[in-house]
Amino acid sequence: MALVLTQDEVMLVDAAKGLLSREAPLGMFRALRDSGDPLAFDPALHRRLAASGFVAPNVAEADGGLGLGASAAGLIMEQAGHVLAAAPLLSAAMAAGLIGKTASKAQKDTLLPSLITGETTIAAALDETARHEPSVLATKATRNGEGWLLSGSKTAVIDGFGASAWLISAEFEGTIALFLVEQAAAGLEVDKVDAVDSRNYAKLSLKGTPAMRLGDGDAGPAITAALDLGRALLAAELLGICDEAFDRTVAYLKERRQFDRVIGSFQALQHRAARLYARLDLARGVVLAALRAIDADDPEATWLASLSKSVMTKLSRDLLVEAVQMHGGIGVTDAFDIGLFVKRGRAAGELLGDDYFHTERLARDYWRL
Amino acid sequence: MASHDDDLSGFREEVRQWLEQNCPPSARNVPQNADNSFWGGRNAVHGNEDRKLWFERMAQRGWTVPSWPQRYGGGGLDASQARILAEEMRRIDAVNPLQSLGIMMLGPALLEFGSEEQKLEHLPKIARGEIRWAQGYSEPGAGSDLASLQTRAEDCGDHFLVNGQKIWTTYGHKCDMIFTLVRTDPQAPKHQGISFLLIDMADPGVEARPIRQLSGNENFSETFFTDVRVPKANLVGVINRGWDVAKYLLTFERTTMGSSGSGAQGEGLDQAALRLFGREGLAREPGLRQEIAEVLIGTWSARIAGQRLFDQGKAGAISPFSPSVLKLLATELDTRRTRAMMALGGFDHLDPGGSAAYKWLDAPTNCIAGGSNEIQLNILSKRALGLPEA
Ligand SMILES: Cc1cc2nc3c(=O)[nH]c(=O)nc-3n(C[C@H](O)[C@H](O)[C@H](O)COP(=O)(O)OP(=O)(O)OC[C@H]3O[C@@H](n4cnc5c(N)ncnc54)[C@H](O)[C@@H]3O)c2cc1C
Repeated sequence: MALVLTQDEVMLVDAAKGLLSREAPLGMFRALRDSGDPLAFDPALHRRLAASGFVAPNVAEADGGLGLGASAAGLIMEQAGHVLAAAPLLSAAMAAGLIGKTASKAQKDTLLPSLITGETTIAAALDETARHEPSVLATKATRNGEGWLLSGSKTAVIDGFGASAWLISAEFEGTIALFLVEQAAAGLEVDKVDAVDSRNYAKLSLKGTPAMRLGDGDAGPAITAALDLGRALLAAELLGICDEAFDRTVAYLKERRQFDRVIGSFQALQHRAARLYARLDLARGVVLAALRAIDADDPEATWLASLSKSVMTKLSRDLLVEAVQMHGGIGVTDAFDIGLFVKRGRAAGELLGDDYFHTERLARDYWRL
Repeated sequence: MASHDDDLSGFREEVRQWLEQNCPPSARNVPQNADNSFWGGRNAVHGNEDRKLWFERMAQRGWTVPSWPQRYGGGGLDASQARILAEEMRRIDAVNPLQSLGIMMLGPALLEFGSEEQKLEHLPKIARGEIRWAQGYSEPGAGSDLASLQTRAEDCGDHFLVNGQKIWTTYGHKCDMIFTLVRTDPQAPKHQGISFLLIDMADPGVEARPIRQLSGNENFSETFFTDVRVPKANLVGVINRGWDVAKYLLTFERTTMGSSGSGAQGEGLDQAALRLFGREGLAREPGLRQEIAEVLIGTWSARIAGQRLFDQGKAGAISPFSPSVLKLLATELDTRRTRAMMALGGFDHLDPGGSAAYKWLDAPTNCIAGGSNEIQLNILSKRALGLPEA
């Protein structure tokens, strides 16, 4: 598909922008952060976003969803990045992807409807290491009559605290399998983890925890696909974050006066800003290409997901440090919003692999260097 | 929609067959660089008989300039068809049949600003490779500040009398004609006294002296004009409004520079790395391996940008800043790629006759030519970001 937005997508972006700026302006995230609310998102906001079709828009039509794919989910994430909307959009889209690819019809019918309406939240618990490395899988599943028991631990579980259920990867007799664990399950310990971006993360500890298996084959490909989706969505969110931080910085360059002129008239600053503009322009195409490839089931999709995450993580690191620098002293205060973008950018860059991880993944597995 | 797509797949089939029958084997898999290219002109030199045949067949169909109108020697293809032709040529790695500044720069400007007589006079000769064009913009005192140029064209009734000097004229000493910017009103503010003039380099008073570059090649020249009489018919566009033509033409130059350097042609850096240094070598030197991976990431991103530009063009949604963005990033990436290639070959690539050294020495020129990269940053700061003058 073409690397330009369709008419429908332009309308979707406008709708998302409108709703988010009304219902979830940046100040709301700041207030939420300051409140210390352990959930770190507002369930009512999440349901309102869901009512507009913004939660898990990638659920297939056959499964009762909108069937708008990764592209729509990404465009919404990008807009959410502009206002730092704290809602479990990423986990919902990843859960939808995992369930869609692995679950039976009956399982889908129980899980998906309430996920789409935002009544339940389901978090994917795939990581076991501090630095993302999905090949590490120590969590084990054993049979227990008709059911299953899980033992192990998970970390960096996105939107995992207070979730209704978790999708957990575990090894069963040499294959990778995917399980659903419910909130009240025995032997499950969920610890909230504080992070610089004040979002919702958890660590899970599983000790003989009863679980339901999704599907019965090798879940490896579905997990890789969900990771790729998550990576491309985070890249899209980072694009929104960078666009917003950049626009605010350029506005400041036109407004702040020193030496009797606006600081944006200094060429040293102009060139740095222009370079970021150019890199943003290039990155925009890369992010869209990754989303489009996922929707087209393109065999290159997994590599484009890595490309997009690598490019956006690196760009966000460079851009956000410049955004702070060009604001001078006010840029390093807590009261000023630019820092909120810096912190979320850092976390979104880290999750599901940063640029070092994805550059290495491409070098090793794609170019085979 | 469906029927248009059907037409296109029929077109692709036809193109594929035609290329299969008409592109000789020795016009395929040839490294696509300036030296292997056919540049046309009055003293045209073909690489070999096969490539001459290939050029003639392509020119016959108007496919040296696929999207120009047929009445001007073009192929009359729409954007989708032209893309298919390009893709099919790339598929069999067919050498570009004709390179020229006439195709890349002057043609688009004439199509926009030229009179009907000028189009009929000059465009077919470009398409058939009969005239090789040079670009006469820069002067010793007018580089980045191009509008300060001093070459004079005096109105002498039925002709202009041209005096002055141009420099960095790419292949000036091998070209037949030159499109120039000349000052026609010395009193006017500097952007408003410039005209766009076509000059035959065989005319008395024109002299081009080659300049040797770092790479050892003589790819550009100094070009002198001494009392050169130029017919009035050679003025393109409105007198003293040549700056409009100049700027319009530069966007094509930048887009070309932004897409040609993206490593799309020939062996990829990944293959080169494995061939020259191997996986074991790369494992021993993680820094070099990382650099290669980063250049490959940049190359891929630039390729996506090229595709996006095309899609935006079709949707009528091209950003006016894309040429500057692509020129800036692609030329920098290109220099980085050539440095990585130098490192991969180590001592062996210090050979001054080798293609690695040649490309490494040549790559930085593109960061300067076509408006230096600092000038692109100025353009983006002022126009895309709206930042004020100092
Ligand atoms: C390989 C090659 C081929 C060329 N071919 C042609 C051709 O065919 N026809 C033609 O007319 N010209 C040609 N040029 C000339 C080219 O357009 C000029 O070299 C270019 O515009 C820069 O001008 P200059 O060389 O005078 O450098 P200068 O303008 O003197 O620049 C020197 C340095 O100062 C920087 N600088 C200048 N002004 C500013 C500013 N305002 N802000 C920040 N930095 C600034 C430049 O970026 C550069 O780094 C060619 C050049 C090269 C290298």
